[in-house]
Amino acid sequence: MKTSLPLKILNVIGLIIMVAIFAMPFIWMISTSLKTLGETMVFPPKWIPDELIWENFISAWNSGPFLQYFMNSVLVSVGILIFQFITVIPAAYAFARYEFRFKNVLFSLVMVTMMIPAQLIFLPVFLNLSDWGLLDTLWGLILPFATSAFGIFMLRQTFKQVPEELLEAARLDNSTDFKIMMKIMVPMAKPTLITLGLFNFITHWNDYFWPLVMTTTESARTLPVGIAQLRQVDGGVAWNILMAGNVILVIPILIIFFFAQRHIIRAFTYTGVK
Amino acid sequence: MRSAKWRPYFFVAPAIIVFLVFFIQPIFYMIYLSFHDWNFISPDKTFVGLGNFKDLLSDPMFLEVIRNTLMYTFFTVLFSISLALLMSIWLNKQGWMYSFVQGAVFSPHIISLVSIAMLWMWIMDADYGLLNWVLSLVGLEKVPWLTDPNTALSSLIIIAVWKNIGYFTLIIIAGLQSIPKHLYEAAALDRTPPWRRFAKITFPMLSPSLFFLTIIGILDSIKVFETISIITKGGPLNSTNTLVYYIYENGFIFFKIGYASAAGVILLVILSILTLLYFKVLSKRVHYQ
Repeated sequence: MKTSLPLKILNVIGLIIMVAIFAMPFIWMISTSLKTLGETMVFPPKWIPDELIWENFISAWNSGPFLQYFMNSVLVSVGILIFQFITVIPAAYAFARYEFRFKNVLFSLVMVTMMIPAQLIFLPVFLNLSDWGLLDTLWGLILPFATSAFGIFMLRQTFKQVPEELLEAARLDNSTDFKIMMKIMVPMAKPTLITLGLFNFITHWNDYFWPLVMTTTESARTLPVGIAQLRQVDGGVAWNILMAGNVILVIPILIIFFFAQRHIIRAFTYTGVK
Repeated sequence: MRSAKWRPYFFVAPAIIVFLVFFIQPIFYMIYLSFHDWNFISPDKTFVGLGNFKDLLSDPMFLEVIRNTLMYTFFTVLFSISLALLMSIWLNKQGWMYSFVQGAVFSPHIISLVSIAMLWMWIMDADYGLLNWVLSLVGLEKVPWLTDPNTALSSLIIIAVWKNIGYFTLIIIAGLQSIPKHLYEAAALDRTPPWRRFAKITFPMLSPSLFFLTIIGILDSIKVFETISIITKGGPLNSTNTLVYYIYENGFIFFKIGYASAAGVILLVILSILTLLYFKVLSKRVHYQ
């Protein structure tokens, strides 16, 4: 069956409209971030500013301790990543390759925590962190996510697929279990680890809820919380400055997405596709 | 090989400790707090039994919060899934054009909700926003999207659907691609009309993906917080106040820890029912034929 030309054109127009619905908001964000305040308040709106006001980015950056927010964001996202690799790899290895008495009970515990969202437990965790003096510190933002149930689940599946003969051979060479894990399992699971790393980095880089709730001063706040506070600067809303701040937050992620689209899509759709 | 017996425990210990300290203990602590009256500052927690639950269920504001949460969840999931189903059938093709469109549609899913909230707040601005401009192009009146109690919740639903739809579409596309081709070939031999092919083959074969998305969509929508906290703060007139924001407000602004915990326990019950349902159906496998 051949599709007729008008139908083909209609199809392409449909696709363009679809892309517009999802891409226009971002273009509008960038366009606003380069306008003067006056230009944001015209109707019908202008798409291309008369003059590009790059100073908006400087104003946004200088309206709070953004270097600190940025550093905090990096430390929290990278810190979580490191801790998760340390805790997730051995746990996934044990669940995939060992038989032990409480294996099923402990694995059920992992599955249960996978279903507990931060939005359910933030109040008691807040009270605990406050008792332990960890409120308003980067540790309070890192430690609760020092492991990942989803990560253990996903990596366990990968480890299970490593052929037993490889491990046998290594055992004959007198390799210790730890060595087998690091020298055979981890390299074999590299694609899964990259997927997991991207997923976690993006999730925690973007996270607003947890750092909002667990911090009370600027010292431990992250970029999303800082950006959200731009609004409270003065009475009216300076949309140009606000959008400039958001461009700073969004652009790094969009660039990563552009280069690693396949990995990122795999990371975010993993549970659904399996 | 002396310590081999303990080795697996040693390997899982760090992860299990984190789970127990930051996920499991807090659940029990929250249940404990829900039976008490406490303002966070005073040293005493007064036991009030089911008092907090009675207060919650007789508070018209809380009932409105529950209603808002259910409405938001129901319509967000309904629109996300039905639109994604249409889009996935359209976009399930090979070629750079389709993979580009798939990527573009998916992109909001990886953007911080802070930016999504602020961007849409600006797009939905009543005076200078992009959306009212689009409406004016087709000759419609300006709509006070986020500032009118009648439209605020619907506006938040639009934002959520916009964010979800790319993810939902990709999951359904993966589902479509896993349907064995020979089923369609058989249908073509029988000259089955397209809509019947959809009803008899595509839809039933997609049911595991659709079920997964329904549960994930509900779990995700029911805990909505960011857009509400940034855009509406639960207003205007409590019209967008939902469960997690209500817990946050009572706990962190009014310091009613016991009361907020009781609302948390209600969320726990809802999530537990959904989770049990999910695992139960998953273990049986949604009908495939």
